[in-house]
Formats: sequence, structure tokens, C-alpha cells
Amino acid sequence: MSDPQNQLPHCPAALAAALRVMPLAPLSLSLTAFSRRIARNHPALFQRLGAYGRTEFVLDPVDLPIVVCLNPNDGRPRIKLTRRKAQGAARISGPLAALIGLVHGAFDGDALFFSRDLVIEGDTGAALALRNAIDDAELDLAQEAETLSGPLARPVHHLIAIAEHQTGLCLTRPEDATIW
Amino acid sequence: MVMEIVCPAGTPAALRAAVKAGAHTVYCGFNDETNARNFPGLNFDRAEMRTGVDFAHQHGAKVLVAINTFPRAGDEAIWHRAIHDAEACGADAVILADPGLLDHAARHHPGLRRHLSVQAAAANADVINFYAETFGVKRVVLPRVLSVPEIAAINAETEVETEVFVFGGLCVMAEGRCSLSSYATGLSPNMNGVCSPASHVDYSEHQGVLDARLGGYLIHRVDKDEPAPYPTLCKGCFSAGEKTGHLFEDPVSLNAERLIPQLQKSGVTALKIEGRQRSKSYVAQVVRNFRTAVDALDAGRPLPEGMLARLSEGQAMTTGAYKKTWR
Repeated sequence: MSDPQNQLPHCPAALAAALRVMPLAPLSLSLTAFSRRIARNHPALFQRLGAYGRTEFVLDPVDLPIVVCLNPNDGRPRIKLTRRKAQGAARISGPLAALIGLVHGAFDGDALFFSRDLVIEGDTGAALALRNAIDDAELDLAQEAETLSGPLARPVHHLIAIAEHQTGLCLTRPEDATIW
Repeated sequence: MVMEIVCPAGTPAALRAAVKAGAHTVYCGFNDETNARNFPGLNFDRAEMRTGVDFAHQHGAKVLVAINTFPRAGDEAIWHRAIHDAEACGADAVILADPGLLDHAARHHPGLRRHLSVQAAAANADVINFYAETFGVKRVVLPRVLSVPEIAAINAETEVETEVFVFGGLCVMAEGRCSLSSYATGLSPNMNGVCSPASHVDYSEHQGVLDARLGGYLIHRVDKDEPAPYPTLCKGCFSAGEKTGHLFEDPVSLNAERLIPQLQKSGVTALKIEGRQRSKSYVAQVVRNFRTAVDALDAGRPLPEGMLARLSEGQAMTTGAYKKTWR
């Protein structure tokens, strides 16, 4: 029940359509490699997870036909995408815009919970630990992707900027995060 | 003189955000049971505390370390070590609640400024003056059960600085003495640093209806279009006979923004924002809002309109006990 004046942007229909047919195994492998790069650059994120360092998380972007199964695996994370109903110790569901916005510190997790944009199920402690660890890590997924792209960093930067402008999704970390 | 804004930081990133947003002072705690926000993924290890204090000092802000739970018999050394380490990290003050711990700090760390936590529930001038005379307490965080005239009456009878909550989660009980969480979970904010510990909270949503359970007890059920509350017993919705309702308090947040001029007139030194469990985004936005307000007040300008409703529990706000209008 978001405030109508502060509605989260919708995930592009084209992305949802593509994920209905795209083979998920290569995508899972790519995301695992990407997450391990993040783990190398942000080891404190995994230390902050403490006892939840090997917890199976299910991240469910409700406007996409897939869910993301994440195991931090004590700093060597594994990511698997699936179109089936996934089981995990903790499930965090919400629009893609909310989940990515949380990663980039654009939104407050509790505010999204109050507004029912975010739903937490299962092990609440694990979900809280993940949220707090990510909030502290100050990740910028776009910057990580650009660095990973080597000589293609500049075109990747432009592509991300265009995608962000077109979709309204928070694909980069705002310099001075402001909520909605 | 500008009123001091005292801001929460649950993580080093939140501390930096608070300082950059204009906090005069930041309060935080170690990642153990010595502070009353002992939640998963939150708080500071010793190295992070030292770095955080250095960052704050470089930007002209102060850091207060909350060591405000009550030491467990036989394990006092954990709390003593926290005070020692806070001083070693360069903290500007420690926030304490337990008289034994206050005595220890006064004897062994006389140069470390001591503030009295809201967990001590010191709600009148006599007890505040007792803490000042006995343990050298320089500031007291007042419980959220006092009206503005009551705060003015306290300030008229004490030299101790007073700090009051102006925004965030609203405890409706006498803090430091509430055991509601213990009845449902076996853990309490006073001894374990956790009110409604996440490990005992369970949410489930079915066809848009969200159930919240604490220690297995259903304490909230909200429909699809209703805002979700925190899973605390004091704001639970209970049924008795044919009536169903919030027994103690509706799930709302405190916002005393409009009362800042009155609080200043009543002699309050510092305004405290609740929310060490919240994100850096929350911290930055709330701090910026309140810093703008106190600067405007100091300059004789009208207070700006608030923008904080969407950050509030239940997406609703109250002035709490400052204006006693509830049932």
C-alpha cells in the first residue's frame, strides 16, 4: 500500500518477458561470479552476517517470473535463479525496484515494510542481518559491473544510465541517497 | 544556542550518513548484549568504533556509546570491558543505566563523561540529582512518559542536561522496567538488548493478509491495505470478549518536531532521534530534517514542514506523552 505519490517504478515488461524464456543456468553462473567479485571487495558484508553466513535466502522480485536463491556461503556466495517455488530459511519479497533500491541505499527497509511493499517470511533474524549488512556495505552494482567490464566500462556505464532513466529503477548508488 | 541533534547509528555507514547530514552527535553501541539494540547485523566491533569516532571528530561531531543494558550477575566484566573500550576508542561519553555500572565508570574512568540512559527511567528531579551527585552524571535521557510542562519542572530543579526523544519508535512503558518481551520470548531489552527479538518474530502473508507472531503468539493481523506495524506486544492488537483493539497503544511513531520551540523553552539541551535499527537512508533523511528545524529556530525562521510520515511505523505519528491526549 505505497503512498500513491511515492509509487515504486514498475519493472519493465520486456525484462519479465525475457526472463520467461531465457536459460537461467548461465545467468545463475554469471551472477554467482559477479557476487563473488562483490564479496572480494566487501568482505565486511559477510562478517556482518555473523551466524547467518550460510543461510539460504530467497529473494523474490514479485514483478518478475523468477526468484533468486542466495547462499552467502561464508564469503563465497552462490546464486541460483529459478522459476519454481523455492525454499529457503528466509524469504524477502517485493518489487524489483524496492529490492534494488535497498541494495543501493535509496530506500529504508522498515519504511518499505510498513508500506507493505516489502514482505519478510521465515527466519526474520536472517532477513534483518542481510538487510543490515547490505545497508552498511554501500554497494554500487553498476560500478561493480563497469569495473568488471574492463575496456567496455564506458559503454556499460552509458547503457546503465539509459536503463536507469528509462525504467526509473535505482540501478546505481545515489551520491546522497534520498527516499522517494 | 542551537539545540543539539543526537542521532542513531546502527552501522558505520549510518554513522557517516548521520555526520554528513548534520548530526551534532551520534550514538551507537558495540555488537553484543551491552546495548539495547542488539539485533542481527547491527552495531560496531571495536575497530569500527574507533574508526567511526575518528570520522565523527574529523567532522566536528561527537560520539556517545550506549552501554545501557543491565549486567548479568557473574558476567559484569563484559560491561566493564565495553566501558574501557569506549574510552579507548575516543568516545565523548557513555550512556549507562545500571547504578553498579555507573559506579564502576565513575571510579575507574573518571575522565569519561557519563550520560544516564532512558533505560534508567529517571523521571523526576530528585532521582536525576541523585545520579548526578552520586555518579557524576552530566546528562539524562528523559523517559517518553513526560509532558512538556513536566520536563520544564524537572529542568527548573536540576543542573543536569536533559535530552528528549523527538522522533522514532515510541515506547509506551517505563523503559528499563518493561518485561513484556520477556513473557513471550524469554529475552528482554533490559538484559539482552532486544525487545521483540527477530529470532522470535514470524511473519506470514496469505492472500494479502499479514500475520505477525512473537514467540508463537499472534499479535497482529493486518489486511491488504493496512500498514504493517513492528511486532511489539505493547502495540499488539488483542481480542477480549467481543472487542478487538490496541490495548496499550496504536502502532504509531513519535514525532515531536512541532514541539521543538516548546522543548527549547522548557530547558532541554538535546533532541534525540530513535532508530539504530533503521537504515542509513532513514538516518540521513531524519537528521537533515531535524537539523534544518533547529537551525531555523536558532535563526528565528519558521520551522519547515515535516516530510517524515512515510518513515513512521504505521505510517502515522503522534506527539506521545508530550501532549497527553490519549485514552
